[in-house]
Parts: sequence; C-alpha cells; structure tokens
Amino acid sequence: MNLEDWYRQDRLPHIYCAGCGNGTVLNCTLRAVQELGFRQEETTFISGIGCSSRASGYTSSDSLHTTHGRALAFATGVKLVKPHQHVIVFTGDGDCSAIGGNHFIHACRRNIDLTVVCINNNIYGMTGGQGSPCTPYGAITTTTPYGMHEQPFDLCKLAEAAGANYVARWTSYHVKELTEAIRSGLEVPGLSFIEVMTQCPTSFGSKNKMRLATQMIDMFRENAVLKVKADRDTAAGKPLEPGKFIVGEFVRRHNPPLGVEESK
Amino acid sequence: MTEKTDFLNGNVACAEGAIAAGCRFFAGYPITPSTEIAERMAARLPKIGGTFVQMEDELASVAAIIGGSWAGARTMTATSGPGFSLMMENIGYAAMTETPIVIINVQRGGPSTGQPTKAAQGDMLQCRYGSHGDYSIIALSPSSVQEMFDLTVRAFNLADRFRTPVFLMADETIGHMREKVSLHSDVEIIPRRELKEGELPCAPDENGVPGFGTFGNGHNIHITGLTHSENGYPSTDSAEVHEQLIRRQVGKIEDFRNEIADVDIVNPDAEYIFISYGAPTRTVRQLMADVPETYGHLNLRIVWPFPDESLLAFKNAKAFIIPEMNLGQIAKEVRQYTNIPIVIVPKLGGALHTPAELKKAAEVAKTVTKPMTEVRL
Repeated sequence: MNLEDWYRQDRLPHIYCAGCGNGTVLNCTLRAVQELGFRQEETTFISGIGCSSRASGYTSSDSLHTTHGRALAFATGVKLVKPHQHVIVFTGDGDCSAIGGNHFIHACRRNIDLTVVCINNNIYGMTGGQGSPCTPYGAITTTTPYGMHEQPFDLCKLAEAAGANYVARWTSYHVKELTEAIRSGLEVPGLSFIEVMTQCPTSFGSKNKMRLATQMIDMFRENAVLKVKADRDTAAGKPLEPGKFIVGEFVRRHNPPLGVEESK
Repeated sequence: MTEKTDFLNGNVACAEGAIAAGCRFFAGYPITPSTEIAERMAARLPKIGGTFVQMEDELASVAAIIGGSWAGARTMTATSGPGFSLMMENIGYAAMTETPIVIINVQRGGPSTGQPTKAAQGDMLQCRYGSHGDYSIIALSPSSVQEMFDLTVRAFNLADRFRTPVFLMADETIGHMREKVSLHSDVEIIPRRELKEGELPCAPDENGVPGFGTFGNGHNIHITGLTHSENGYPSTDSAEVHEQLIRRQVGKIEDFRNEIADVDIVNPDAEYIFISYGAPTRTVRQLMADVPETYGHLNLRIVWPFPDESLLAFKNAKAFIIPEMNLGQIAKEVRQYTNIPIVIVPKLGGALHTPAELKKAAEVAKTVTKPMTEVRL
C-alpha cells in the first residue's frame, strides 16, 4: 500500500486549524505503518476525544472513535479478542493524562501490546484552549488566565514507571525521528508510548507569545535536548535549563507483554 | 441435547449461561453482590479459548467489552449499584454505535454505597434512562436461578439481533440463592448479521438494524459516538441526520416491543392483578399457590421495552398491584398505559415481600379509587 492509501481520502480535508501539528503526527504514524508493510485488515486505529483523537477518522482501515479518556480501555478489548491485530491509539495530553489517567497507567502496567501516540499540545484544543495536566508552569490558558500554578506531568516518566516496554518523546519538528520511534513502538511487543510535542498556535501559542506555527516549531527545535546530551550533562552535574525538555528513546525493554498471541 | 443438572447460585448460573451462549470475553471489576460472575468467568474462560480481564474500573470494563464486541466476540460484564453508575457513559456510546454487549446488574440497595449485601430493584429506571440523550435498550429480569442461565443466553441473542446493550437486571436474592438448574450446552444462538459487501456500515436493513462490520474482516469502517451518517462518518451539524439517526435507533427496539416481550399471564379473568418482575415474582407465585383462582398475575421477564399490550390481557381488571423492591419505578411505567387504579407495594431494605404483605395489598386494592395508591408495609 502507498502512504496515500492509508488516508481515508473521502474524509479530507481534515478539521485541524491552520498551523496545527496534528497532521504531521498523523502523517508520521501512517508512514511508519506503511513502511512496516501492515495490511489494512490487520490494523485498527482507536482514539478518545479531542483534537488528537479526530486522527482515527482520517485513517483508511477499521477505526473506533470512542469516549473521552477511554480509548486505551476500548483498545484493550479489541486487542485481547484479536491479538494478531495491530492496534494503534491516538490520544492527547488531556485525554490521556487527565480524564484517562487511570486507564493510561493501567494499560502501561498490563504492558498490553498497543502503540500509543500521544499528541501533547499542552492544552485542550477542541474546547478552545483550557489548561491541561501538561500545561507548562506559568503558561497562560483560558482557565489559567494568571498563569498555570500547578506542575505538569512528565508523561514519559509516568509511562516508564507504570511499566511500558517502549517509551519515547519527539516533537512535530523531528519528523524522521518520530516516524522511526513509532515504527519501533509498533515492533516492540508490549505497550509502546510515544509522546509528541505539537504546536497549537491557535489556542496555546496565541496566548503565550508564539502566535505563528513557525515560532512554536522554532521553540521545539531550540528547547528539545537530545537524551544522549541530557545524560552527558546530568553526569557532569549540569541540570536541564528551565524551559528545555528531553527528546529521544527513554525505554526499550522486553518485560512480558499482554495481548500477544504467543503469550496468551 | 447435552444437559447437565447442577445446584448453583444465580451468579454462577449466569456465567454458565454466558459461556453456553458463546461469550468468550469478559471484562469486569469486583463488586458485591455480583463478583461470583467475574470469578466464574475468570476460572472458565481461559480453558475454552476465551479471555477474562479485570479492568481498573467499570468505565473501562464497558469500554473493553465494546472493543471486544467490535473485534467479533460476544462480550459481557457484570456489576452492581455503584459500578452500574460508572458504566453509564459507555452504555450511551454502545447505544450510539449500536454495539451488542451484555451487562449484568445484580442490584443492591442504593443510592451510593447503600446496602452492598442486600437485594433491591432500584436501578430499573437507571438502566433505561441512565446515560444522556434519547436512546433505547432491552432489559431482562430473572426470578430464579434457572432464569439467570436462560435469560443470559437470551440477552446475547437479543443484543446481536437488535445491536444494542442488553441488561440482565438481577438482584442480590436471585444472584446468591441456590437452586437446581439445567445447564443446556446446545442453546439457540442467533448471531449478529455481518455487514455485506457494498452495504453502508450504518444503513439500516428492513428491521432498522445495520449490518455489523466486524473489525479485521476487511470492511475498513469508521465507528464514532458522534452523530454520524449512514457511511459512519461524523455529521454533527445536520438536524435532519441527527433526528433520523436517533429515531431509527430508538425505533428499532420500541417498534418491536411486543415481539421482544416475554411475560407470563396467569388468571387473566381475575379482577385484582399482580404485576411483578424479578424476586417479587416468587412471592406473588407463593400467594397464588396459597389462594388459587383469586388473583391474576403478569410476570415480566423482559421489562424494557415495556410490553404494554400484555396489560390488555386482563379484561376484568379493577386494580393492578405492583410489588417492587424500590419506590415504584416500573409502576410509573404501567401508569402510562392504563387508567385502571394502581396499588404500589414498595419494599426497601433487602427483604422480600411476604405473601401476607401482598394479601394485605390486595385487600387495599379492593377499596381504591385514586389512580395511584401506595401501601405502606
């Protein structure tokens, strides 16, 4: 299959705002699936609710657009009944870690063989830009008009601590690395969690001095520190500078997975 | 026909009924007084090629059985009061996406944590109306251990035939008591109709029910809880699409209510008629045995959709006497379909009605003139 065939062509154009990063993430995901040579009938896309979760509607194979936060629980049912199915979950920072936080840590704990692509735009985009558990400290949103005064989650650390076999973080700027990470996630048995920092210039950038998509992508490029460099700095006693974040592959392990045919 | 007779509690009989009906995926969360169903499924399913998973909560349990259903399995969960409340969100999703699932509710005293180990029938309206928006469902009500088995089988067939969530609304008494039960292994299976090639995934057939596009079978369909067109794609702005969809989804069940109906009608010529479902049916039957030919009885094995035409069987009825283990939930539904006076006999706290209490209610019924009278026990 060509990359284009993985798109549900009669649903395009998509509903995303101009400058949104979600299309990039969808494209990287479908490219990874295409490169692996998956067949349509053995590939299922599942998502919750939010901007990120509309992605499942643009894929050409079977897809289930579910309820807010619950995509991983739906995916668990699909995977346990049909273990040979490749099940890919699209979720967002609010969907995955606020309303779906419990399902998230338990899916990681079960280490069920799903690949989770979490599009983290630091905000609730669909409802117009409210703060999420991943809104950076101090950032302005419609529900944090004086600046976010709660600490954000580090979703990758959460996934790692909860038991996921594969954990990586990239951004919508790092398209090659992201595609490779999703590919690795699909290949590693067990739960694979790939967090993608994406720009929401419409609701997040506009309130935080990054009105243009390019400003946000520049910010990703400047603030993303490769894991190897971050590890080197840490060893040298140099802490991560404020505003910077680490990208790369954090975990690749082979703990016993759930929902894999052989181990069933 | 292979048949095994056993002496089981209702919850275990329910699990056995599910297995006989071909249920091969169960997702659940422990809760009194339904837990024996999960425990039985956990022990049995892995040995027959099925899968049991204990989820993190009841929201996840319903989500998982919906996912499992789209993957092609007959799927089920079981719960009680507080867990049932948590399930409402994804019950609405199952209704909107027309996903066949079976949910067992072994009712206990509520609201909130209430009486975990006591029987009640307080969730009868919640199972019909608990999720937001207009939708319809099917609910069965067993009054014996044998019916825990038989009606569970029936629940799966109804779920597949009508593509809807189906509820087995049991209660703690029926779930925990032991009776002799015949475990038939070759029960009738009415499978869901698979989507045909060229057929749209959400376009109804002559019964108002679309073909089911099992995931992995090459249909390449998109399923969403958003209002959708017949091709399954979101279409949230059109009033026409929304109204057509909701009216069809409700109509595919409500228009067939008297076909779905499963009732026992005893002494239809009597003047004073008991209407019951679930555990109170047992007391009514005891009274009918104690004083034969005195009262009429309408027993409902299917409560939702309400079988309104069955009320017409009682031509000489002067009053309907309705004992329920709640404050008169189904009595209000009966009220909608009749002008004959209704005597409600609510009993809370977990104990069954006694025959003497029902006899007292029948005496009151002879004197009532108001549309609705409550007998305080």
